Amino acid sequence: MTAVPEVIPEVSSEVVVETQSTEVMKTRVDPLRRPAATSGLWSWFTTIDHKKIGILYGSSALLFFVIAGIEALLIRLQLMAPNGQVLTAGQYNAMFTMHGTTMVFLVGMPMAVAFGNYLIPLMIGARDVAFPRMNMFGYWVFLFGGLFVYSSIFTGIANMPNGGWFGYTPLTSTPLSAGYLPGHGPDFWVIGLIMLGIGSTTSALNFVVTILNMRAPGMTLMRMPVFVWMMLIVAFLTVFALPVVTAALIMVFFDRNYMTNFFVAQNGGDPLLYQHLFWIFGHPEVYILILPGMGIVSEILPVMSRKPLFGYSVVVFSGIAIGFMGWGVWAHHMFATGLGPVAVSAFGLSTMLIAVPTGVKIFNWLGTVWGGSLRINTPMLFSLGFIAMFTLGGLSGVTHSIVPADTQQTDTYYVVAHFHYVLFGGLIFAILGGIVYWFPKMFGRMMNEKLGKTSFWIIFVGFNLTFFPMHFLGLTGMPRRTYRYSAGLGWDTLNKLVTAGSFLIAFAVLLFITNVIWSWKRGPISGPDPWDARTLEWSIPSPAPAYNFAVVPQVEARDDFWHRKYTEDDEGRLVRLPELEVDPASSVDVSKIHLPSPSYFPLVLAAGLPVIGYAAVFKSPWLAVPGVLLLLFGMYGWAIEPGTQEG
Amino acid sequence: MSRLLGLRKVRRGALILAAPLLLAACSNENGQNPMNPAGETAKKIDNLINPIFIIAIAVGIGVVGMTLFIALRFRDKDGKRNPKQTHGNSVLEIGWTILPALILAVIAVPTVATIFELAKTPPKAETLQITVVGKQWWWEFQYPKGQAKFGIDTKVVTSTMMHAPVGAKITVREQSDNVLHSFWVPELAGKRDVVPGRTNVLSFSASDKPGVFRGACAEYCGLSHANMKFWVIVDSKADFAKWMTNQQKGPAQEYAGKIQELTAKKYQCVNCHVFDATSTPAYGPNLTHLASRQYFAGGIYKTNRANLLRWVKNAPSMIPMQSQKCRLPAPATCVGMPSFTTPIKQNGKALPLMTDAEADTIVTYLLGQK
Repeated sequence: MTAVPEVIPEVSSEVVVETQSTEVMKTRVDPLRRPAATSGLWSWFTTIDHKKIGILYGSSALLFFVIAGIEALLIRLQLMAPNGQVLTAGQYNAMFTMHGTTMVFLVGMPMAVAFGNYLIPLMIGARDVAFPRMNMFGYWVFLFGGLFVYSSIFTGIANMPNGGWFGYTPLTSTPLSAGYLPGHGPDFWVIGLIMLGIGSTTSALNFVVTILNMRAPGMTLMRMPVFVWMMLIVAFLTVFALPVVTAALIMVFFDRNYMTNFFVAQNGGDPLLYQHLFWIFGHPEVYILILPGMGIVSEILPVMSRKPLFGYSVVVFSGIAIGFMGWGVWAHHMFATGLGPVAVSAFGLSTMLIAVPTGVKIFNWLGTVWGGSLRINTPMLFSLGFIAMFTLGGLSGVTHSIVPADTQQTDTYYVVAHFHYVLFGGLIFAILGGIVYWFPKMFGRMMNEKLGKTSFWIIFVGFNLTFFPMHFLGLTGMPRRTYRYSAGLGWDTLNKLVTAGSFLIAFAVLLFITNVIWSWKRGPISGPDPWDARTLEWSIPSPAPAYNFAVVPQVEARDDFWHRKYTEDDEGRLVRLPELEVDPASSVDVSKIHLPSPSYFPLVLAAGLPVIGYAAVFKSPWLAVPGVLLLLFGMYGWAIEPGTQEG
Repeated sequence: MSRLLGLRKVRRGALILAAPLLLAACSNENGQNPMNPAGETAKKIDNLINPIFIIAIAVGIGVVGMTLFIALRFRDKDGKRNPKQTHGNSVLEIGWTILPALILAVIAVPTVATIFELAKTPPKAETLQITVVGKQWWWEFQYPKGQAKFGIDTKVVTSTMMHAPVGAKITVREQSDNVLHSFWVPELAGKRDVVPGRTNVLSFSASDKPGVFRGACAEYCGLSHANMKFWVIVDSKADFAKWMTNQQKGPAQEYAGKIQELTAKKYQCVNCHVFDATSTPAYGPNLTHLASRQYFAGGIYKTNRANLLRWVKNAPSMIPMQSQKCRLPAPATCVGMPSFTTPIKQNGKALPLMTDAEADTIVTYLLGQK
């Protein structure tokens, strides 16, 4: 089993080298000819391999994670003591706006897309995603969108987005001349978010089509790994939620720049309309962020417990239930806006209700590990940490549904504590665990366990030191989004603890990233299946070859790969099956496997968007011309570029 | 059975752990602590949430404890154990779907009841009516005329310090002509957002004893959101009557001569401010009884000579505002009180800079506005 895959990459790399040299020469002759390099720096610009794109997404998101972390540290330095002097009010407002925007749109979502990209085709036994070029286009739009928002800093820090990640109107939508909010920040923010929305929509559509159409024979929906299920739900949520916020953002932009009156109360508009639109997107968005984390944990826990997921169908259906119910709770972000007792009661009750499927998942995870043979390694530590910390975040979430209490808690640090327990203790823990878990598949090497465990424990302690005291800050009245607080309110000590904790987290994240870089070069070779895992991606060599599966797998059961290795006796104990003497993959000439060629045009097409974005922000029609030309060139080139070169 | 006992221990542990945590939060007497409620309304909210906190903490400790227990109990260093392959258990799974639903159903009943109770607006005649206006970045309080029960004959317009008599039922009507704000006096009531174009109504009770309570804007409203505070003074009935009588009087001093020359002509303060109790200024606070307010500038600074001198000369140096470089009639991009000591040109002409002596004249007049 292990001998065969080690041969295949060599064969394929030879093939690659050959085509590369001939193709590069042809490329010089005809610019429309497709690039063919599958290795080297340039290949990363033109690749349409879902695995490389996944790595691009992941590494870019990691970079933005570091930036958002620096912003968080600046915020915490400012709040370490009363009347902090580290940042000005304006700088602080830009920092909390960018921290939130970055973590949601440039870390949380693209990290999920990174895992989805790398893993979905491997987990369902497919060659690639359904639309490989669109996949790369989505990545470029995400990257350019993120860089676009951050490029505002080059026009002065006063022009950084400063209206909050939620961008409530009329603060953000009133024309600059009214002076409610200084700078061009909201324009950069609006245009950047619209671009990011385009990127997320393309990748979500891609995932939906891939999952529904490209599963290997026998991979019925109810045999799919839970991670794939969660990504399917997330993709549907993304496709339906993003148009709502895109419409709202366009309305903000038009109000701000072209004197439309969507949100101008004096002229018959309604500022609250924006909040409804934003949260109809924003609450499903919360599940867009957390469901991939739940998927990751649902993969790691069974493997590290040597037991199947407890109640697979219940976990799947509760995920679907969350997906549907997530549309019916948006107004719990608006309990203080004066919706009236009937409306807030209804949304309070629906918020309580959504805790039920969430709770079911937690109990099912506990059921999975109960009685297992637990390997407490880094991925497992992060997954167990996820269960515990996400539960605490979920419980403080339930207290928000107690509407009268929420009118005290909302917009205080209690809420900040709540969603960091869910999104850091939940999503980020899952992402870090997932990185360690799938690292061998991506790079063929194991991550260092000692460093991994150390970084987990420091993060765990730092996380709780940072966010647990915030509950009490909020409950004793400290409002959010305030750049200073007065002394003598009983918040000084807790704020010092919080700041200390945040630096612990930063240290541990650096340790983790060091581990990633070190292991990438020096980690011990992993082999194809280092965890004795259950799902299809572990049945192929590590790192996964370009063509994924030499032979399209025939799926017979849920956790198909596991059942090729083990069967159960009458008592439900595992019995090892004999290995196949001849791997069917060994008889395949992988050089004959047809793979789509790389392409320049996703990059060209995506590059047009930020140019048009700058034209919109600075109201320069002349700047729009090259942007539109680039866009048109990209579209036509995309449409008419020749197919794969044969031979 | 032993497992059940274990659970009960966890529950008891939760209560023992939860109680001091909640007590610690309650003991913070900062005037802005929702867990230290003073009014009837805030007490109702507190009474509703405290038992729920205890349930939540118990469940939290239960699940975290269970996770920890499982991790220790089923840890397998050698990886040799061959665990029984359980794929699920319908009874268990239905059980842990229904149980949380039941707990939530129990919590839902008092929640909905309290929502409707707090939404009631008491009869107008018995209630102190106050119109609250959110500005960037201060609060205006208007007491409409004709509230015989509270001794209000003529309209009163004040800012930053809101007064009410002990035990009074209060109804605030919230307005804004700029951005969103949120009116929050944690020890008296929950928040209610101030939304341009609507009048949101919030009814709550003052405390039973005289007291001073902090209020804050709780909705991000731009640059100096953090400095948009206010104070609620709950007075004894006699003190409130005294305060209210004074507020309804005209200005204590004559507005003429040097002060008129400075504030109406040279520095044009009257573009934003008035010195007559009943009129509502377009932009800045009413200064008729400024000296009767213990705090000014969004409730951040004490009303005294030193602070007022600095403020009159260069307000943006005390609180961040977008008005460092503008004077009236200002371009609209100015939000806040201008600086009168920063050199600014208008139509090619340098605007006058305020001298210390001029500032002293103005502040002396303001401190006479009892």
